[in-house]
Amino acid sequence: MTALDEVEVKDGVDQETVDAVRGLAGAYKYGWETDVEMEYAPKGLTPDIVRLISKNNDEPEWMTEWRLQAYERWLQKEEPDWAMVDYPQIDFQDQYYYARPKSFDQKPKSLDEVDPKLLETYAKLGIPLKEQMILAGVEGAEAAPAEGRKVAVDAVFDSVSVGTTFQAELKKAGVIFCSISEAIREHPELVKKYLGSVVPVNDNFYATLNSAVFSDGSFVYVPPGVRCPMELSTYFRINAENTGQFERTLIIADKGSYVSYLEGCTAPQRDVAQLHAAVVEIIIEEDAEVKYSTVQNWFPGDENGKGGIYNFVTKRADCRGDRAKVMWTQVETGSAVTWKYPSCILRGDDSQGEFYSIAITNNYQQADTGTKMIHLGKNTKSRIVSKGISAGHAQNTYRGLVSMHPKAKNSRNYTQCDSLLIGSECGAHTVPYIEVRNNSSRVEHEATTSKVDDDQLFYCRQRGMDEEEAVALVVNGFCKEVLQALPMEFAMEAQQLVAISLEGSVG
Amino acid sequence: MALPQLKQDTTEARLAGLTRPEGAGWLTSARAAAEARVRAMGLPGRRDEYWKYTRPDTLTAPVAPKAATFESGETPLFDAIDRLRVVFVDGVFSAEESDNIALEGIEIERLSDAAGRDIHWAKDLYGALETAGQDPVERPLAALNTGFATDGVVIRVTGRPIRPVNIVYLHRDDSSDAMLHHVIRVEEGASLTLLENGPAAARLNVVTEVDVADTGAFHHVRTMGRDHERRAATHIFGRLGREATFKSFTATMNGQLTRNECVLELIGDDAIAHVAGVCVGDGDFHHDDTVFITHDAVNCESRQVFKKVLRNGATGVFQGKILVKDGAQKTDGYQISQSLLLDEDSQFLAKPELEIYADDVACSHGSTSGAIDETALFYLRSRGVAQAEATDLLTLAFLAEAVEEIEDEALRDEIVNRLEHWLLRRRG
Repeated sequence: MTALDEVEVKDGVDQETVDAVRGLAGAYKYGWETDVEMEYAPKGLTPDIVRLISKNNDEPEWMTEWRLQAYERWLQKEEPDWAMVDYPQIDFQDQYYYARPKSFDQKPKSLDEVDPKLLETYAKLGIPLKEQMILAGVEGAEAAPAEGRKVAVDAVFDSVSVGTTFQAELKKAGVIFCSISEAIREHPELVKKYLGSVVPVNDNFYATLNSAVFSDGSFVYVPPGVRCPMELSTYFRINAENTGQFERTLIIADKGSYVSYLEGCTAPQRDVAQLHAAVVEIIIEEDAEVKYSTVQNWFPGDENGKGGIYNFVTKRADCRGDRAKVMWTQVETGSAVTWKYPSCILRGDDSQGEFYSIAITNNYQQADTGTKMIHLGKNTKSRIVSKGISAGHAQNTYRGLVSMHPKAKNSRNYTQCDSLLIGSECGAHTVPYIEVRNNSSRVEHEATTSKVDDDQLFYCRQRGMDEEEAVALVVNGFCKEVLQALPMEFAMEAQQLVAISLEGSVG
Repeated sequence: MALPQLKQDTTEARLAGLTRPEGAGWLTSARAAAEARVRAMGLPGRRDEYWKYTRPDTLTAPVAPKAATFESGETPLFDAIDRLRVVFVDGVFSAEESDNIALEGIEIERLSDAAGRDIHWAKDLYGALETAGQDPVERPLAALNTGFATDGVVIRVTGRPIRPVNIVYLHRDDSSDAMLHHVIRVEEGASLTLLENGPAAARLNVVTEVDVADTGAFHHVRTMGRDHERRAATHIFGRLGREATFKSFTATMNGQLTRNECVLELIGDDAIAHVAGVCVGDGDFHHDDTVFITHDAVNCESRQVFKKVLRNGATGVFQGKILVKDGAQKTDGYQISQSLLLDEDSQFLAKPELEIYADDVACSHGSTSGAIDETALFYLRSRGVAQAEATDLLTLAFLAEAVEEIEDEALRDEIVNRLEHWLLRRRG
């Protein structure tokens, strides 16, 4: 593996091939753990824990109240059971809801004060928390010309934000990019106005839970007419054992602004499953555009299905203004169980929503993921491209809703969801809901399920590739449409991921 | 788990108005078991996922809502075809209006006659396919039918009868509430064409269990009558053996509420199942096609083709599912559901599902919805075709893919003719 990692990408050598081969060499690469002294809130969920989280974040009274109300609502809610995923009952009282490195007793004022161990952690993950021109998340990228591409990073470690880079430079442009706890303290007017306005407190079981106990996350505000000068990114790392991570992300793109946001996540390899329940809310005003890309690479559990992250996430974007545009791109390769439906509410006339997804499940992973496109405004457009790949004993489900309301005249949706099965023990499922309530809108849905095409495999084998390489190549071709939608920083990593997840599935 | 109170109340209220018909031991025990299933499941309610797009309350109410009878004055459907007519008036068999029930190659009798016999071939089938079809999704209205259906037809096909059997459902009483249960067994190498037409009653609940043995063939063409206010819940439960063929087509014109469920299980290799339907709806019209096809054998083919034309606030629903079980390799599954919305108020709600546990399969589904193609319309207009005529032409073209699923040309012509008339009546 080491030898492969040292391979430099030479001119003329296909990056794809190198990445694929490199990926094939190793199993889950992010399974190590950082040894720092942690501080936990007591196990279980009670109003006191909610208050404690709020206090640790130095939150104002209204926020504490907001959380407590969410907690009360959560008690009334039932865990959803409609998804095609099967996992042992979660004991919500046997979890830590808050964990932070001990060194955060006194909040570090700048990155220089942060425990070097934490910085090392991120460096090791390929996310250097230094303000330098670099492609985040791509190993060996130092050699690649960066040409002024900058990525600002907010790094979240268990329950706290470690630090946010490029804050000063972003501030010059008027962009606010900080941890959500900081935003609650520094920009209460924005948080009060927007928090919970897209995903209401009582939206669903996990969102309500998150509203009560979210510890940190990222906050982005792009003022009117501003094109965010760099890509913003948050990297989530779960490190502590038996600890749930509940982050909350709030992105506001004011009139005519643009921002591209990347999210990455990993966790150590452990035998016991861990809970991750995040909420992402995006508000897009008139003529604004948001690109949200995720490479989800939580620990998927071992080859026997032991351990892994339960990823129960609510993500929603609200195109409030006319001509607002949102684009979700996700590459889902990690997590033992995924329950995730990034959605678009197309409220403004001529607004647009796009969803590109690759979900790859291997071994005993289960993914139930998809999107909702809710067309409310006139001339709204949406596009869904979903590719599901299932290998080993995995189950992969696309679940989606396209809803055309009576007033959404002349709207358009195109949905394509394809599934690929590798091996005879896995499953691929499609559960689309299509609701058309006016006749000037056009809705098209297409789905296919097939296995890796023998002819294509044969062709590759004939050209001297071994079988695994060939499968990775065919699969990459199958996923190309989605990968092309990813920002460059992710596209390369994602291609690599495609190969990793399929490792061992042929034979 | 205990049923929610509302569901339990609805169920008990409905059951209170029903009495189990008399019959021999085998039938009585099948009916009692069905009644127990209904109690355990409860009748469908608004909050059930499987009834997300269709309100079941009028189908489960203790008393059927009234539905005015409608005399179209048209020649009866299939009149040009030499067929064996079995007539039910408001759910009651009419010997006078029926043909002499005898046909070479089949054994055919009324359920109420079969019920009197202690030994009958239908013993192993009555309620059996319905029971199998309750998993993984519950269909309580079908269980209710098995428990309380008053009559029906039982047919055993041993040869290849030259004439199709035509069950005609006449509706003469505005408050009739009919429950009929048919059992059909197609033996090895045998073949049957079954025709059904007519509105049947103010409210109809019909279950048809069809067991097609190896190499047997079953063809089914049905229309549901023109009565505007009638309501119907129908279920077809089919089981297909090796190299068996099952082809069913339904045309629905009018009717306030229609829920047609078709539940097929392909258990023999190389079986073929096609289910198709067209519905044309105007105004207060709600039509729901719910199809569930399970592939549990190798190299089988299934096709679902559903087309809906909707206007004046009509609603079309399609819930289709292909389930490919572990080991059902070489499955070829196809599903298409399309709607043509002729005005702003109509709606189409669809849930086309795939659930696949085998890797060497090709399954696809498509679903589209939209208005009439303006470019095509313009083309026809520019060729001198009047607006109304052009619209009808395009509508018929839209329905064609489903109608073509009917193999027999004479039958297909009858259906096309009815569709043309439906469109013609709405011109102007």
